[in-house]
Amino acid sequence: MNIIITISITAFIVLYAGLFKANKALLPLTVVGLLTALGFTFCAWGDNTVHFGMMQTDNFALAFSGVCIVGTLLIFLLTQNYFHAKSDNIAEYYTLILFALAGMVMMVSYKNMAMLFVGLEIMSVSLYILAGIRKKDFASNEASLKYFLMGAFSTGFLLFGITLIYGATGSFDLDKIQAYLVNNTTAISPIFYPGVILMMIGLCFKIGAAPFHFWTPDVYEGAPSLITTFMSTVVKTAGFAAFLRLFEGALAPLHEFWVMPLTVIVCLTLFIGNVTALFQKNFKRMLAYSSVSHAGYLLFSLIVLTKNSGSNVLVYASAYTFASIIAFAVLILVKQKTGNDSFESFNGLGKKNPLVALSLTIAMLSLAGIPLTAGFIGKYLMFLNVMTEYKTLLVAFAILNALVGFYYYFRVIVAMWFKDGAETTLATPVQYKVVLLVSVVITLILGVYPAIILNLI
Amino acid sequence: MEQLLLLIFLPLVGAVIAAFAGKSAKIVSTVFSVASLGLTLFIACNFIPDASTQFEVNLPWIANLGINFHAGIDGISMLVVLLTNLLIPIIILSSYKHDYKNPAAFYALILFMQAGLLLVFTALDAFLFYIGWEAALIPIYFICAFWGGKDRVRINMKFFVYTIAGSLFMLMGIIYLYLQNPAHNFEISAFYALNLDVAQQGWIFWAFFIAFAIKMPVFPFHTWQPDTYTAAPAQGTMLLSGIMLKMGIYGVIRWLLPIVPAGVQDWSCVAIGLSIIGIVYASLIAFTQKDAKRLVAYSSIGHVGLISAGIFALNQQGMQGAMVQMLSHGINVVGLFFVLDIIFSRVKTNKIEELGGIAKVAPQLAIAFLIIVLGTVALPGTNGFIGEFLLLMGVYNVGIWAAAIAGLTIIFGAVYMLRMYQNVMLGKTNELTITFSDIQGSEKFVLYLICALIIVLGVYPKPLLHLTEASVQHLLEQVNQKLTSVK
Repeated sequence: MNIIITISITAFIVLYAGLFKANKALLPLTVVGLLTALGFTFCAWGDNTVHFGMMQTDNFALAFSGVCIVGTLLIFLLTQNYFHAKSDNIAEYYTLILFALAGMVMMVSYKNMAMLFVGLEIMSVSLYILAGIRKKDFASNEASLKYFLMGAFSTGFLLFGITLIYGATGSFDLDKIQAYLVNNTTAISPIFYPGVILMMIGLCFKIGAAPFHFWTPDVYEGAPSLITTFMSTVVKTAGFAAFLRLFEGALAPLHEFWVMPLTVIVCLTLFIGNVTALFQKNFKRMLAYSSVSHAGYLLFSLIVLTKNSGSNVLVYASAYTFASIIAFAVLILVKQKTGNDSFESFNGLGKKNPLVALSLTIAMLSLAGIPLTAGFIGKYLMFLNVMTEYKTLLVAFAILNALVGFYYYFRVIVAMWFKDGAETTLATPVQYKVVLLVSVVITLILGVYPAIILNLI
Repeated sequence: MEQLLLLIFLPLVGAVIAAFAGKSAKIVSTVFSVASLGLTLFIACNFIPDASTQFEVNLPWIANLGINFHAGIDGISMLVVLLTNLLIPIIILSSYKHDYKNPAAFYALILFMQAGLLLVFTALDAFLFYIGWEAALIPIYFICAFWGGKDRVRINMKFFVYTIAGSLFMLMGIIYLYLQNPAHNFEISAFYALNLDVAQQGWIFWAFFIAFAIKMPVFPFHTWQPDTYTAAPAQGTMLLSGIMLKMGIYGVIRWLLPIVPAGVQDWSCVAIGLSIIGIVYASLIAFTQKDAKRLVAYSSIGHVGLISAGIFALNQQGMQGAMVQMLSHGINVVGLFFVLDIIFSRVKTNKIEELGGIAKVAPQLAIAFLIIVLGTVALPGTNGFIGEFLLLMGVYNVGIWAAAIAGLTIIFGAVYMLRMYQNVMLGKTNELTITFSDIQGSEKFVLYLICALIIVLGVYPKPLLHLTEASVQHLLEQVNQKLTSVK
C-alpha cells in the first residue's frame, strides 16, 4: 500500500513542479520518489499483508513491483534531454509514467478482480496518452489510436470474462474463486468456462501474445522510443505478473481446461513472433516482434504449473527487461545521431564506440539466450519447467524458434562489428552510461549467479 | 583442488587483463598461456595414472537448481587438458608475425575460449559442461567472423547456428536426464547410475550424438566445416581443428558412452557407418581440392572419422587409439595450418598449382613441413602411426570390411598429402615463390617444437598410453557392466 501511495504522491508533486516550471527538479524528485517506493518494497518483504481484502502484498507482488520500479527508474534516467527536445510540458511525461507504474503495482498485487481492472485501466489510459504524446507526429497519433482501440476492445473481453466468473461464483475475490473451483469440481457452472477464455483473451491482448498481437509492431514503432521501451519491458512484466497471479493461483484447479488453448497461443506466438522478426529491416520493429516471441517463452511457465512458475517468470522477465532497456537505450543514441533506426545505421558502431557496442552485444546475446547471460537462465528455466511433464515436442519446437532468433539478434551484432559504416562517435550522456552499466552488470550477474533471485518467491 | 580452480580461472584472468592491455596483449596472453602450460605440466606430474578422478573441485553454484561447480581430472581429461594448454601457447606464438587489428580483443578471446575449453574437459556436472561448451563457441565465432577472410559473416553464421542447434538439443537431453535423476542434480556419477530403458537411451543418444557429431564433424553434419576453416584467420582454424573438434570426441567418450550404452550399442553401426562414409567421402574430395587449406580441412574430416569409428567400436584398442590420435591430430593439424599460414603470409595464396619449388628457397620450412606431413600420413616412427594403428585394430574387431575401408584413409591420406607436398614444396621455383624467405624467429621455434613433439611421441608413446589406460579401461568396464544390467 505504501508503495502505491508513494508513487502516486510523487506523481502529483512532479505535476505541480511542472506547473511552476521547475523542469530541472523533475528528475531528482522522481528518482527520490521511486527509491523511497523501492525502500518500502524491501521493508514489506515477507509480511504478506492483505489490504482491505483488495490487494495482497506477498513476495510475488513485491518482487514484481521491485522489478517494475527498477526498470522504470532506469528508463527515467534515459529521459535526459529526450523529452526536452520534444515538448515543453515534460512534467506530464513524468506524471503519466508514474501513474502507469502505480497501476502496474496494483496489477501485480491484486487479490480482487476489481483491482485488476482498476490497475489495468490506470496503466492503460496513461499509456494511451503517452503513445500519442507527440501530437503533431503522424505515427505517434496512429500508434495512440490503434493502441486505444485495441486496448478498449481487449478490456471489453476482460470485463466480460470477469462478469461471467462473477456470475458463476458470486465473488471477485481470487481465494473465493479458487475455493469455488476446489469445492465444486463436478458442478462448475457452464458460464465459468467462457469467462476463463474471455479473460485469457483479454490478458493476451495486453501482453501481446499471438494471435492478439497485431497492435504491437505499429504501436511500438509509432510511439516515442522511450515510451516503447517502457511498454515493451516494464508494462509487459506487469502484464505477465497479472496473468500469472490469476491463472497460477485462482484458476489453477481448472488447468486441464485452459492449458490446451494456451498451448496453441504459445506455439502461435513463438512462431509468428520469430518468423516475422526475421524479415524486419528496422531494428525497432524487430525488437517489437521479438517481444512477441518472448511473450511466448514466458507463457511456458503456465503450461506446466509448478511451485517455481512465479520465480521462473521473474527471472525471465527481468532478464528480458534489462536486455531490452540496453537495446532501446543504444537505439535512442544511434537514432539521435543517424536519424533512422534501420539495421544499417548500426554499421561500424563497434569501431568508434566499443563499450556501447559491447553492451548491445551482451544484450543481444542475452535476448538470444546464450549461456553466462541472464537470458539463458530464463530460457533454461522455461524449458525445464515444460520438460517436467516431458512435453518434449513443445521444447523441440521452442528450440527451433530459438535458432531462428539467433539470426535476427546476430544481425545487429554483425552490423556493429563486422560491417563498415560511417564510424560516427555517439554522444553518450552520463546517465546513459549508468543505465548501460547497471543493466549489463545485472544481466551478467543473473547469468552467472541467478541464485540471488531464484528463491525470492 | 586449488590447482584445478587455478587452471580454469587463470586464462579467464588473462583474458580480462589482455582485454585492457592494448598493444601489449600479445605479451600478456603469451605469459598467461605459458603459465597455464606450466601449471598443467605440474598437475600432470602429480597425476597418478589410475582410474580415479583427481584434483576434484565441488562447490555449490546454483544450489536450488541442483547445479554444482564440480570438476575433476582423470586420465582422459588429463590428456585433452594437456593438449589444450600445449596448443594454446603454440597458437599464440604462431600469431607473432601477424599484425591483427584490435589485438587486445583477439588475444582476450583466445584466452576466454581456453577457459571454456578447460571447463568442458574437466566438468563433472552436466550443466557446467554445457556452459563450457557454449562459452568456447562464442569467442571462436567472434574470432572467425571478425578477423576472417572473404564471406566470413555468412559462413560463420552458418557455423554458429549449426553448432548451437546441436547443443540446444543436447541441453534438452541434459534436462531430461536431470529430471530422471531422483537426486535432481547434474552429477555425472548420478547420470551414470541412471537406469533408462532402451527407447529412452535411443533418443538421448541422438540428442547428444548430433551435438557431438556436428562439432567433430562426422558426415553428414560436416557441411559447415570446410568453409569455416577456409574463411577463418589462421589462428582461428588452428583453434577449431586442433582443440575445438576434440570437444565432440571428448563428449562422446565422457558423456555419451557411459550414460546411454544401450543406445550406443543399438546405433553404433550407424555411427561407425557414418564415420566410415565420412572417411571415404572426405578423402575423395580432398583429392580434388585446389586450395591447400581446404585440402587439409577435408583430410581432417577423414582423420576424425577414423577416431569416431574407433570409439564406437567400444573396445580398449579403439578407445586408446582415439586418445593418442586426439593429441597427435591436434599437434599435426596445427602444424599443417601453421605452415600454410606461413606460405600464405609470404605469397598471399594457398592455391596448390600456383605454388612450387619452395623447398629450394626455404629448406628449413621444407624439412619441418615434411615431418608434419609424414606425421599426418601416419608413417611409423611419427606420432600419427601409433594412434591410427590402434584405431584400425579397434575397428577390425567390429568387422574386417569396416577396417579395410577405414584403412584406406591411410593410403588415400598418404597420396593426397604427399602430392600436395610435392606440388607446393618441390618442383620448379616460379616467379611467385622465388622471393620466398625461410622461416625465422618465432616461426622457427614453433615449427621445431611441433616437429620434436611429432618425433618424440612417435618413438616413445608409452607415457601417453599409460596416462589414459586405466581410465579407459574403467570406462569400458562401466559401459559393459551397464549393458549387461539393461538386458
